[in-house]
Amino acid sequence: MSRKSAVSDILKQKIKGLKCRECGKLYPPVALHVCEFCFGPLEVDYNYDEIRRHISRERIENGPKSLWRYADLLPVEGPPTVGLYAGFTPLIEAKNLGAELGLKKLYIKNDTVNHPTLSFKDRVVAIAITRAMELGFTAVACASTGNLANSVAAHAAEARLRCYVFIPGDLEAGKILGSLIYAPTIVAVEGNYDDVNRLCSEVAGEYDWAFVNINIRPYYAEGSKTLAFETAEQLGWKAPDHVVVPVASGSLLTKIWKGFNELKMLGLIDRVDMRVSGAQAEGCAPVASAFKEGRDFIRPVKPKTIAKSIAIGNPADGYYALKAVHESKGAFETATDEETVEGIKLLARTEGIFAETAGGVTIAVLKKLAQKGIISKEETVVAYVTGNGLKTQEAVINAVDEVVRIDPSLDSF
Amino acid sequence: MASFKIRISFPEEKIKEPIIYKIGHEFKVVTNIRRADVREKTGWVELELNGDPAEIEKAVESLKTKGVKVEPIERNIIE
Repeated sequence: MSRKSAVSDILKQKIKGLKCRECGKLYPPVALHVCEFCFGPLEVDYNYDEIRRHISRERIENGPKSLWRYADLLPVEGPPTVGLYAGFTPLIEAKNLGAELGLKKLYIKNDTVNHPTLSFKDRVVAIAITRAMELGFTAVACASTGNLANSVAAHAAEARLRCYVFIPGDLEAGKILGSLIYAPTIVAVEGNYDDVNRLCSEVAGEYDWAFVNINIRPYYAEGSKTLAFETAEQLGWKAPDHVVVPVASGSLLTKIWKGFNELKMLGLIDRVDMRVSGAQAEGCAPVASAFKEGRDFIRPVKPKTIAKSIAIGNPADGYYALKAVHESKGAFETATDEETVEGIKLLARTEGIFAETAGGVTIAVLKKLAQKGIISKEETVVAYVTGNGLKTQEAVINAVDEVVRIDPSLDSF
Repeated sequence: MASFKIRISFPEEKIKEPIIYKIGHEFKVVTNIRRADVREKTGWVELELNGDPAEIEKAVESLKTKGVKVEPIERNIIE
């Protein structure tokens, strides 16, 4: 792919700066994530008037076959420098699964095949590290037990940046192999998850590193919008009627909702008459339980689920995800560990897609929403499957059939 | 002088306790509340602790023993 095809080159003024989501205070577009006044989260503030003058369906369609075709709506100032092939994953019409669930127009947005590390994190990390390099950073970091670590380590290797990955000390070696192979510095912190969270927050404050989900978070999180952009384009420039999104920090769901609404605001799609529903594991459902109990605040929980990639007990964007689901008149559902495994198997059996546990949760929740009639059979539905099953094989190892053993003879066969 | 931004979540049984007042007295830290939502059954407060790093450390450890959840302002960073 030629770098000139990244279409952001004439839109240098598209980012105005950062803006506090709570009090609206403005900041320059630097590595900052918390409002100094009210401690609210910062978000990228775009110059939509400038963007509107340039953006068009045609301009996007002529862009690269990656998430960079939407560069006009992404928080980078120059052409991408890393993660050039992330995104533009298949939107699969899931006829077989749809038939089983009684849904006539079901699609799977298949991020199990994202480049290069097979999860949606490749989207957010491609943006985060491109932006980090624009800001002059030479070292990147993250705290992760899986997908995020894989992606940051891979992109840092490509970009030739120093990379630090923080993990809880008790994480099994097998879990980190997918990150270790890219030769980052992996720091196993002797302590529980709370201890690791706290240390990383302090490290991010002390060291001049681009901590992708701390000081680079406003840019990083914007990468998730591309899941909405691609879905709309792949459906022929329209929003679906219903989307089902796994909820961990809440950022993905919030940004998918934002992405569709941005397209509408810019006239790229006619309307967003869409419901957004969230999927959580029953063993870590702080946002789903707030929804079900009619609360407008998130009560932290201690995660206990096989869906570790979405096990965030006190999600920073949970409040905003809850708000998006309410605004769009969507719903929340949860899946038990057993239902999650069944969800993984169902998707594999019907569509030939092997998803990780978060995908199992999403499919199980999709099934429940269909059974309860919350999703009606005529609706165009998109379920977001965000990571590859090869990463969490242990979840299904005891749930698959035995092989048929025979002698090497026709008689035996 | 150092500063550390934290979020404290209160379970119902701790709502009535003046926890922030107490750590301001037990340790040499200045507590500076920026945002809060405290209700009958739950609550959270986001605040900055300013002081010597060792005192901040002790204040955070003490908060943990008082039955509230103490996290960095970013909350859960491990993804």
